[in-house]
Amino acid sequence: MSLALSFMSHPGPRKDAATAARLGASRKRADRIIRTLCLAATVIGLVLLASILITLFYRGFEAMSLRVFTHVTAPPGSEGGLLNAIVGSLIQSLIGTAIGTPIGMLVGTYLAEYAKDSWLGNAVRFVSDILLSAPSILIGLFVYQILVLPFGGFSGWAGIAALAIIVIPIVVRTTEDMLQLIPNTLREAVVGLGAPKWKMIILICWRAALAGIITGILLAVARVAGETAPLLFTSLGNNAWSTDLSKPMSSLPVTIYAFAGSPFEDWIALAWAGALLITLGVLSLNILARTLLRSRI
Amino acid sequence: MPSASATLPHATRRRSSSFGDKVFALACQAAGLFVLILLGALIIELFIAGLPAFRAFGIPFVTSTDWDPVKELFGAGVSIYGTIVTAILAIFLAVPLAFGIAFFLTELAPPWMRRPVGTAVELLAAVPSIIYGMWGFFVIAPAFAQHVQPRIIDTVGELPLIGFLFQGPPFGTGLFTAAFILAIMVLPFIAATMRDVFEQVPPVYKESAYGLGATTWEVMKGVVIPYTRISVVGGIMLGLGRALGETMAVTFVIGNANRISTSLFGPGNTIASLIALEFGESETGSLKLASLLALGFILFVLSFAVLATSRYLLRSRLKV
Repeated sequence: MSLALSFMSHPGPRKDAATAARLGASRKRADRIIRTLCLAATVIGLVLLASILITLFYRGFEAMSLRVFTHVTAPPGSEGGLLNAIVGSLIQSLIGTAIGTPIGMLVGTYLAEYAKDSWLGNAVRFVSDILLSAPSILIGLFVYQILVLPFGGFSGWAGIAALAIIVIPIVVRTTEDMLQLIPNTLREAVVGLGAPKWKMIILICWRAALAGIITGILLAVARVAGETAPLLFTSLGNNAWSTDLSKPMSSLPVTIYAFAGSPFEDWIALAWAGALLITLGVLSLNILARTLLRSRI
Repeated sequence: MPSASATLPHATRRRSSSFGDKVFALACQAAGLFVLILLGALIIELFIAGLPAFRAFGIPFVTSTDWDPVKELFGAGVSIYGTIVTAILAIFLAVPLAFGIAFFLTELAPPWMRRPVGTAVELLAAVPSIIYGMWGFFVIAPAFAQHVQPRIIDTVGELPLIGFLFQGPPFGTGLFTAAFILAIMVLPFIAATMRDVFEQVPPVYKESAYGLGATTWEVMKGVVIPYTRISVVGGIMLGLGRALGETMAVTFVIGNANRISTSLFGPGNTIASLIALEFGESETGSLKLASLLALGFILFVLSFAVLATSRYLLRSRLKV
């Protein structure tokens, strides 16, 4: 017994029964205290999430009306909505994801199927991981430098480019992870039938990993739909109705940022409505992605 | 992987499939290289764009606390200070909570509770930064100003040695509030990493300790933590890397003042919040814009260093 307990900080119980009981009681007390604290930490985490959601629902529903979806943003005092911001956000997030996804899938495939342990593969994996967590505001600055300055002004395309750069590492990560889950025997079976490697990857591996890859894409859409910082310097925002991608384009997060920081009551109310919309969208995409992944694997 | 094309009997078929293989492999490799070039270009572009500021102010740019658009004097000191202080304070607030949540989810919670609670915590990470900003500005900052900060100022603020950190008027916004919001934002990242590494401890180790009569906490302290120590630090560094570059939430609640306050309740700014706020007011080609881009470069170097360390520490986990 004393040998067994020597790796812990307690001295082993002596033959003295009273000492042993006291020691046991103090160990159990410490255990109970820590358990309670951990439970409390979890409760705090859940309360924070609930607080955010309740605030959003309370203030968001108060401001929600049909007008939000049918009118474009307007000066304070006049009846305005968020139509241009909602459409702008949809356009930029969807096209950004559509551009970033194929690149991300190819990179993920490269890492999982071609460059598992090569020097170049490790470098790409490292860089992709850095991009995944790099401050998104820097991606905005970068796109400002390469697309906004040389091409004469803020544009929807610049916003799309910034969002696409954010999408790439998310899709890379999920694609690589999902391809690695596919058993090698499946690959060997396909190759054994005489299929070339590219057919094996596209027709078998991608198909087998489809649920996972779609999860990654959904998570990517959810992530970029809420991004504000990179759009501040790229698509800038636009108070008028515009679907012209070569002009500045409105987006929900940037509009929320501008309206929430304003001194006007009706703008702040609209910001809450927008915040509710975007959070509902992002959280349901996340939950959908998780359910999808769980039902397939 | 054996080459499939070599075993195909038909000559034309072989040619076309090896052509397809080449094209596809090339496309994959090109995409990989593209990502490398992207990050390289990002670093170089930010550095070149910030060069006029580095030229004009030299090394003192990093430590100077000036930010005077009229006299064209710019320095990074205040925002670097704010960035590091809020990020580190956020980590101090978030790590105990994250540890508690990870411990709860891996060892204490009944199995039916683990998935929904784990998902709920992960959803905290999905809430967009701007929402945290609004929530912080309209809910947390007023609550802090009315209830939390006056109490802390009256109690902790009176203490010797550390008291000066908690003095001054209770604005509600400021470094402390920013760190608080940041802590909530990085909490799910740290908690998720900790949970994942805790789950990788071989059950046999834990069972052996339980078999010796250890309590759950003793198993945690004596087996799980020593086994996962390095990865746990990696997870914390990942959270730190995220906290350094967080923009929108911080911009709302930090108070946006270009001075170093001795009190944590005082206003300040961070690199990211300064860029977000001042960028719109900077003219193309101005020294101010160059200074902002130079700040961006410094932020990149900071977060790169932290994220690279994090990844190095987590590599054993990534290999599994």
